[in-house]
Amino acid sequence: MPTPVYLDNNATTRCDPAVVEAMLPYFTEQFGNPSSMHAFGASVGGAVKQARAGLAALLGAEHDHEIVFTSGGTESDNTAILSALEAAPDRDEIVTSAVEHPAVLALLSHLEKTRGIRVHVIPVDGQGLLDLEAYRAALSQKTAVVSIMWANNETGTIFPVAELAEMAKAVGAVFHTDAVQAVGKIPIDLKSTAIDLLSLSGHKLHGPKGIGALYVRRGSRFRSLLKGGHQERGRRAGTENTPGIVGLGKAAELALLHMDDEVTRVAALRDRLEKGLLQRIPNCFVTGNPRERLPNTANIAFEFIEGEGILLLLNRAGIAASSGSACTSGSLEPSHVLRAMKIPYTAAHGAIRFSFSRDNTDADVDRVLEVMPGIAEKLRALSPFWKGAGEAPAAFAPVYA
Amino acid sequence: MWDYTDKVKDYFFDPVNAGVLETANAVGEVGAIACGDALKLMLRIDPETEVIEAAKFQTFGCGSAIASSSALTELILGKTIREALSISNQDIADFLGGLPPEKMHCSVMGWEALQAAVANFRGETWNDDHVEGELVCKCFGVDAGQIERAVRANRLTRVEEVTNYTKAGGGCLTCFEKIEAVLAEINAAMVAEGLLAAAEAYRVGSVDPKSLKQKARPKAAAPQPIELKPVSEIVVAKPAPAPIAVGGDVAVLEKPVAATRMTTVQKIRLIEATLDEIRPFLKRDGGDCELVDVDGNTVVVELTGACVGCQMASLTVGGVQEKLIAATGLPLRVIPVK
Repeated sequence: MPTPVYLDNNATTRCDPAVVEAMLPYFTEQFGNPSSMHAFGASVGGAVKQARAGLAALLGAEHDHEIVFTSGGTESDNTAILSALEAAPDRDEIVTSAVEHPAVLALLSHLEKTRGIRVHVIPVDGQGLLDLEAYRAALSQKTAVVSIMWANNETGTIFPVAELAEMAKAVGAVFHTDAVQAVGKIPIDLKSTAIDLLSLSGHKLHGPKGIGALYVRRGSRFRSLLKGGHQERGRRAGTENTPGIVGLGKAAELALLHMDDEVTRVAALRDRLEKGLLQRIPNCFVTGNPRERLPNTANIAFEFIEGEGILLLLNRAGIAASSGSACTSGSLEPSHVLRAMKIPYTAAHGAIRFSFSRDNTDADVDRVLEVMPGIAEKLRALSPFWKGAGEAPAAFAPVYA
Repeated sequence: MWDYTDKVKDYFFDPVNAGVLETANAVGEVGAIACGDALKLMLRIDPETEVIEAAKFQTFGCGSAIASSSALTELILGKTIREALSISNQDIADFLGGLPPEKMHCSVMGWEALQAAVANFRGETWNDDHVEGELVCKCFGVDAGQIERAVRANRLTRVEEVTNYTKAGGGCLTCFEKIEAVLAEINAAMVAEGLLAAAEAYRVGSVDPKSLKQKARPKAAAPQPIELKPVSEIVVAKPAPAPIAVGGDVAVLEKPVAATRMTTVQKIRLIEATLDEIRPFLKRDGGDCELVDVDGNTVVVELTGACVGCQMASLTVGGVQEKLIAATGLPLRVIPVK
């Protein structure tokens, strides 16, 4: 078995050993409850404070207390949207995009169904760019909250959240951004924006799983999701996940240190992979917006073959990636992101996402460039649509059931 | 990652009979709308003997779709059209050692491609009436389309009935609310079409799933009026107060029967009669169950037909055992043999 090549960092990242090391004492001797009066609690409270400051620095937040620790991205997204809705009882509309994560979209369709909330889903174009005219038209005095992601998890496309937030502010709506994929990958400076709420997740930036945070701009109206104790200034009840919080704090510190590496070296690895694949394999193309996107994400659609087959063969070669194909999701639904971008289905099914991190090297890129052409060739030989490079697809019109 | 058997992986990594068959005289092209997969099956059929002499395929789809296509060609090669058409999608899945429930449609696609190819050979057009829907029950791989067919064909109005007819909800029952929603929706449509009285239609929330789970057991165990004892009591084998009625004709046993005092012949008769009751349910799925031996409280049975190699075989055996225990009042153990 060759050395494994991990290129699925948008799914999750390896927890940095320094993060693990920072966490360990909080499972053993530093077991105290930060809320306690005694010495056991006090030192733990200090560590939580330090983690909060570390994360605030990564986000460019003006105040440390704007950080609320949660269990992860999904909880943050849910808290943000439900809070904004509850805090504005005279507004009953939400604006979002067609390519959000299910943590947002599933919640919104639930609200639509159970509470009669009107949800405006803003479409995207072929490159995944938001239709700004439709966005502007959807905003009104009825908009309680706008929830638009900072960067898309599948294509890496970055949305102009700072501008979008200003537009939302103009109608008095709360602006939330799911920045799970952006935090740690691109520089963020919240204090210079009008963003009210921001969700992030620890395990996407080499932190542990089960910890995340919600940024709540000072002065925002806020309603907690979980009711209970006074933790997190009453904004998130439940005894703090201290090892997780300390781990996320450390991960944030490291992310800030590695930011230059991420936007230069990691981006160069990604670009070399993309270029190499496009050169070596006919009938494939990059999806998403090539100008404004995350430095670590490449999403390439290989026409006339299907993603799961590609992933199984890549996996056999020791390479981990992911796919927007229907067959790799439990639901059999093809990626809603690629569908929203109107990528033809014979290409969308063969879309593979390679997502890098600071752990990746040139050797990883070489390995993919070595095996991927053979995989595409093997599967195309099996495909009833494939006629040959540059040829129009075979006249194949199956009866669909 | 999907839980694929080694055989599925083998047939995906090194598919047999992949490619174009230039000499094909029967071609079937089908696709599964659920996931966008598509399959082109090419056959060379001897016009005289109708034997499938060569078979090749091309598939656009996931690992299990490619493996299912390859398995299909293996299964039909050398068979006559008649023999080949008797192959079910379950046979394709069984050949591969089973498929994850979400992927069963891949085997259905193979089965459909064969129907389409044969139609093509005979100069007919194949029309597909197979509807798929969202996968509702993951334990037994039942989708909304299957539930709709069962509900409409049998005018089902209760969740238990849906479970009895389709198996959906027969496992973990986490899909209860999905079944309920599908049933209510179809019933409402049937009312609108004048096929069902409004009062009969199922309404969401009218059944407590917890009561359903408890109720389902003794009811399923005793489709006929049989005096039942809770299993715990049966195991201690207290005398049963009432005569036991079996099957359609009432075989009233002379004395009040203490379970332990049943003669071996009585016991075997009772077991056979109970198996006869279960049989129609097994047959509906293409399977069967024969009594081989009874030794003390051990009942040896042989599962045949579609039960062989079925992933659900152990569940079937469990269900048979449950029914036999309920009917005989004995702590029976059912052991399947090959």
